[in-house]
Amino acid sequence: MDLFLELLVAGLIVFGGVFGLVGSYGLAKLPDLMTRLHGPTKATTLGVGSVLVASAVFILKHQGSFSVHELLIAIFLLLTAPITANFIAKSFLHRQVDPETDLPPTGTECGWASFDVPPDSDDDEPSSLTIPRRNQR
Amino acid sequence: MIDYALAFAFGCFAIGLLLNLYRLAKGPTVADRVLALDTMVINGIAVLILYGIAKGTTVYFEAALLFAMVGFISTVAYCRFILRGDIIE
Repeated sequence: MDLFLELLVAGLIVFGGVFGLVGSYGLAKLPDLMTRLHGPTKATTLGVGSVLVASAVFILKHQGSFSVHELLIAIFLLLTAPITANFIAKSFLHRQVDPETDLPPTGTECGWASFDVPPDSDDDEPSSLTIPRRNQR
Repeated sequence: MIDYALAFAFGCFAIGLLLNLYRLAKGPTVADRVLALDTMVINGIAVLILYGIAKGTTVYFEAALLFAMVGFISTVAYCRFILRGDIIE
Protein backbone atom coordinates (compact mmCIF):
# COMPACT_ATOMS: atom_id res chain seq x y z
CA MET A 1 0.00 0.00 0.00
CA ASP A 2 2.83 2.37 0.84
CA LEU A 3 4.61 1.55 -2.40
CA PHE A 4 1.38 2.09 -4.31
CA LEU A 5 0.92 5.57 -2.80
CA GLU A 6 4.52 6.46 -3.54
CA LEU A 7 4.13 5.31 -7.15
CA LEU A 8 0.92 7.35 -7.45
CA VAL A 9 2.57 10.52 -6.09
CA ALA A 10 5.66 10.11 -8.29
CA GLY A 11 3.54 9.44 -11.38
CA LEU A 12 1.35 12.49 -10.74
CA ILE A 13 4.42 14.70 -10.22
CA VAL A 14 6.02 13.51 -13.49
CA PHE A 15 2.69 13.95 -15.34
CA GLY A 16 2.36 17.50 -13.99
CA GLY A 17 5.94 18.36 -14.90
CA VAL A 18 5.50 17.10 -18.47
CA PHE A 19 2.32 19.12 -18.96
CA GLY A 20 3.87 22.23 -17.41
CA LEU A 21 6.72 21.97 -19.89
CA VAL A 22 4.29 21.34 -22.78
CA GLY A 23 2.26 24.44 -21.87
CA SER A 24 5.29 26.71 -21.68
CA TYR A 25 6.75 25.23 -24.88
CA GLY A 26 3.46 25.95 -26.62
CA LEU A 27 3.60 29.54 -25.36
CA ALA A 28 7.07 29.97 -26.85
CA LYS A 29 6.48 28.05 -30.08
CA LEU A 30 2.99 28.83 -31.42
CA PRO A 31 2.72 31.54 -34.10
CA ASP A 32 0.30 34.21 -32.82
CA LEU A 33 -1.46 35.25 -29.63
CA MET A 34 -4.82 33.58 -30.21
CA THR A 35 -3.07 30.21 -30.63
CA ARG A 36 -0.60 31.00 -27.85
CA LEU A 37 -3.50 31.38 -25.41
CA HIS A 38 -4.13 27.67 -25.93
CA GLY A 39 -0.78 26.45 -24.57
CA PRO A 40 -0.75 27.70 -20.95
CA THR A 41 -4.25 26.30 -20.29
CA LYS A 42 -2.64 22.84 -20.31
CA ALA A 43 -0.07 24.02 -17.76
CA THR A 44 -2.86 25.44 -15.57
CA THR A 45 -5.36 22.60 -15.57
CA LEU A 46 -3.37 19.39 -16.08
CA GLY A 47 0.09 20.53 -14.92
CA VAL A 48 -0.65 22.41 -11.70
CA GLY A 49 -3.79 20.31 -11.13
CA SER A 50 -1.94 17.00 -11.00
CA VAL A 51 0.87 18.54 -8.90
CA LEU A 52 -1.80 19.67 -6.43
CA VAL A 53 -3.40 16.20 -6.33
CA ALA A 54 0.07 14.68 -5.78
CA SER A 55 0.67 17.15 -2.93
CA ALA A 56 -2.70 16.32 -1.35
CA VAL A 57 -1.97 12.56 -1.46
CA PHE A 58 1.57 13.10 -0.16
CA ILE A 59 0.49 15.28 2.78
CA LEU A 60 -2.31 12.82 3.58
CA LYS A 61 0.25 10.00 3.75
CA HIS A 62 3.01 12.05 5.41
CA GLN A 63 1.07 13.87 8.12
CA GLY A 64 -2.09 11.78 8.30
CA SER A 65 -4.39 14.80 7.92
CA PHE A 66 -6.19 16.17 4.91
CA SER A 67 -5.40 19.80 4.08
CA VAL A 68 -7.90 21.93 2.17
CA HIS A 69 -5.27 24.33 0.83
CA GLU A 70 -4.67 22.31 -2.34
CA LEU A 71 -8.39 22.25 -2.98
CA LEU A 72 -8.58 26.03 -2.49
CA ILE A 73 -5.68 26.67 -4.87
CA ALA A 74 -7.13 24.29 -7.50
CA ILE A 75 -10.62 25.86 -7.31
CA PHE A 76 -9.14 29.36 -7.46
CA LEU A 77 -6.98 28.53 -10.50
CA LEU A 78 -9.85 26.79 -12.33
CA LEU A 79 -12.17 29.74 -11.63
CA THR A 80 -9.74 32.46 -12.69
CA ALA A 81 -8.15 30.85 -15.79
CA PRO A 82 -11.11 31.60 -18.16
CA ILE A 83 -11.37 35.18 -16.86
CA THR A 84 -7.70 35.97 -17.50
CA ALA A 85 -7.83 34.26 -20.93
CA ASN A 86 -10.91 36.31 -21.87
CA PHE A 87 -9.27 39.55 -20.70
CA ILE A 88 -6.02 38.86 -22.59
CA ALA A 89 -7.89 37.93 -25.79
CA LYS A 90 -10.06 41.05 -25.49
CA SER A 91 -7.08 43.35 -25.00
CA PHE A 92 -5.39 41.71 -28.01
CA LEU A 93 -8.53 42.19 -30.13
CA HIS A 94 -8.84 45.86 -29.24
CA ARG A 95 -5.16 46.63 -29.72
CA GLN A 96 -4.23 44.58 -32.79
CA VAL A 97 -7.36 43.61 -34.76
CA ASP A 98 -9.23 46.03 -36.99
CA PRO A 99 -12.91 44.96 -37.04
CA GLU A 100 -13.45 46.58 -40.45
CA THR A 101 -10.76 44.66 -42.35
CA ASP A 102 -9.48 41.72 -40.25
CA LEU A 103 -12.80 40.12 -39.29
CA PRO A 104 -15.31 38.53 -41.69
CA PRO A 105 -18.81 40.07 -41.89
CA THR A 106 -21.25 38.76 -39.29
CA GLY A 107 -24.19 38.52 -41.72
CA THR A 108 -26.43 40.58 -39.46
CA GLU A 109 -26.75 44.31 -38.98
CA CYS A 110 -24.95 44.04 -35.64
CA GLY A 111 -21.16 43.83 -35.68
CA TRP A 112 -18.88 41.49 -33.77
CA ALA A 113 -19.32 41.30 -30.02
CA SER A 114 -17.08 43.62 -27.95
CA PHE A 115 -16.70 45.91 -30.99
CA ASP A 116 -20.35 46.83 -31.47
CA VAL A 117 -23.27 47.59 -29.19
CA PRO A 118 -25.85 44.76 -29.30
CA PRO A 119 -29.06 45.85 -31.10
CA ASP A 120 -31.53 45.30 -28.23
CA SER A 121 -29.45 47.05 -25.57
CA ASP A 122 -30.93 49.94 -23.62
CA ASP A 123 -29.59 53.40 -24.21
CA ASP A 124 -29.17 54.10 -20.51
CA GLU A 125 -26.73 51.21 -20.15
CA PRO A 126 -23.62 52.31 -18.22
CA SER A 127 -20.88 53.30 -20.60
CA SER A 128 -18.26 51.18 -18.85
CA LEU A 129 -19.94 48.00 -20.14
CA THR A 130 -19.51 48.85 -23.81
CA ILE A 131 -16.00 49.49 -24.95
CA PRO A 132 -15.74 52.23 -27.59
CA ARG A 133 -14.57 51.24 -31.05
CA ARG A 134 -10.91 51.71 -31.67
CA ASN A 135 -10.94 52.98 -35.23
CA GLN A 136 -13.82 55.38 -35.57
CA ARG A 137 -13.31 57.15 -38.85
CA MET B 1 11.36 7.44 -6.00
CA ILE B 2 9.52 10.66 -5.18
CA ASP B 3 12.92 12.43 -5.08
CA TYR B 4 13.66 11.50 -8.70
CA ALA B 5 10.16 12.53 -9.79
CA LEU B 6 10.60 15.85 -7.94
CA ALA B 7 13.96 16.48 -9.64
CA PHE B 8 12.38 15.78 -13.05
CA ALA B 9 9.40 18.08 -12.36
CA PHE B 10 11.66 20.85 -11.01
CA GLY B 11 13.67 20.63 -14.24
CA CYS B 12 10.52 20.73 -16.38
CA PHE B 13 9.10 23.78 -14.64
CA ALA B 14 12.50 25.52 -14.69
CA ILE B 15 12.75 25.05 -18.47
CA GLY B 16 9.14 26.23 -18.70
CA LEU B 17 9.99 29.40 -16.77
CA LEU B 18 12.92 30.05 -19.11
CA LEU B 19 10.62 29.61 -22.16
CA ASN B 20 8.15 32.06 -20.56
CA LEU B 21 11.00 34.51 -19.99
CA TYR B 22 11.89 34.18 -23.70
CA ARG B 23 8.30 35.00 -24.67
CA LEU B 24 8.23 37.88 -22.16
CA ALA B 25 11.37 39.40 -23.69
CA LYS B 26 10.39 38.79 -27.33
CA GLY B 27 6.79 39.95 -27.28
CA PRO B 28 5.80 41.00 -29.93
CA THR B 29 2.54 42.50 -28.57
CA VAL B 30 1.70 43.71 -25.07
CA ALA B 31 -0.91 40.95 -24.68
CA ASP B 32 1.84 38.37 -25.30
CA ARG B 33 3.87 39.79 -22.44
CA VAL B 34 0.84 39.75 -20.11
CA LEU B 35 0.17 36.11 -21.07
CA ALA B 36 3.84 35.24 -20.45
CA LEU B 37 3.70 36.83 -16.98
CA ASP B 38 0.46 34.97 -16.20
CA THR B 39 2.06 31.65 -17.21
CA MET B 40 5.13 32.48 -15.12
CA VAL B 41 2.85 32.88 -12.09
CA ILE B 42 1.27 29.47 -12.84
CA ASN B 43 4.70 27.82 -13.09
CA GLY B 44 5.82 29.62 -9.92
CA ILE B 45 2.82 28.17 -8.04
CA ALA B 46 3.75 24.69 -9.27
CA VAL B 47 7.39 25.15 -8.15
CA LEU B 48 6.23 26.36 -4.71
CA ILE B 49 3.98 23.32 -4.23
CA LEU B 50 6.74 20.95 -5.39
CA TYR B 51 9.10 22.59 -2.90
CA GLY B 52 6.49 22.01 -0.20
CA ILE B 53 6.40 18.30 -1.15
CA ALA B 54 10.22 18.14 -1.11
CA LYS B 55 10.39 19.68 2.37
CA GLY B 56 7.37 17.73 3.65
CA THR B 57 5.63 20.78 5.10
CA THR B 58 2.36 22.61 4.42
CA VAL B 59 3.87 26.07 5.04
CA TYR B 60 4.24 26.83 1.34
CA PHE B 61 0.54 26.42 0.52
CA GLU B 62 -0.26 29.86 1.95
CA ALA B 63 2.46 31.35 -0.23
CA ALA B 64 1.11 29.51 -3.28
CA LEU B 65 -2.45 30.70 -2.58
CA LEU B 66 -1.31 34.31 -2.14
CA PHE B 67 0.78 34.03 -5.32
CA ALA B 68 -2.26 32.76 -7.26
CA MET B 69 -4.42 35.65 -6.01
CA VAL B 70 -1.82 38.35 -6.70
CA GLY B 71 -1.14 36.88 -10.15
CA PHE B 72 -4.83 36.91 -11.08
CA ILE B 73 -5.38 40.46 -9.82
CA SER B 74 -2.30 41.79 -11.59
CA THR B 75 -3.21 40.12 -14.89
CA VAL B 76 -6.74 41.55 -14.78
CA ALA B 77 -5.42 44.98 -13.78
CA TYR B 78 -2.88 44.97 -16.61
CA CYS B 79 -5.46 43.94 -19.23
CA ARG B 80 -7.91 46.53 -17.92
CA PHE B 81 -5.19 49.15 -18.17
CA ILE B 82 -4.47 48.14 -21.78
CA LEU B 83 -8.18 48.18 -22.65
CA ARG B 84 -9.34 51.33 -20.89
CA GLY B 85 -6.21 53.28 -19.97
CA ASP B 86 -7.36 53.13 -16.36
CA ILE B 87 -7.78 50.40 -13.74
CA ILE B 88 -10.58 51.71 -11.50
CA GLU B 89 -12.93 54.16 -13.15
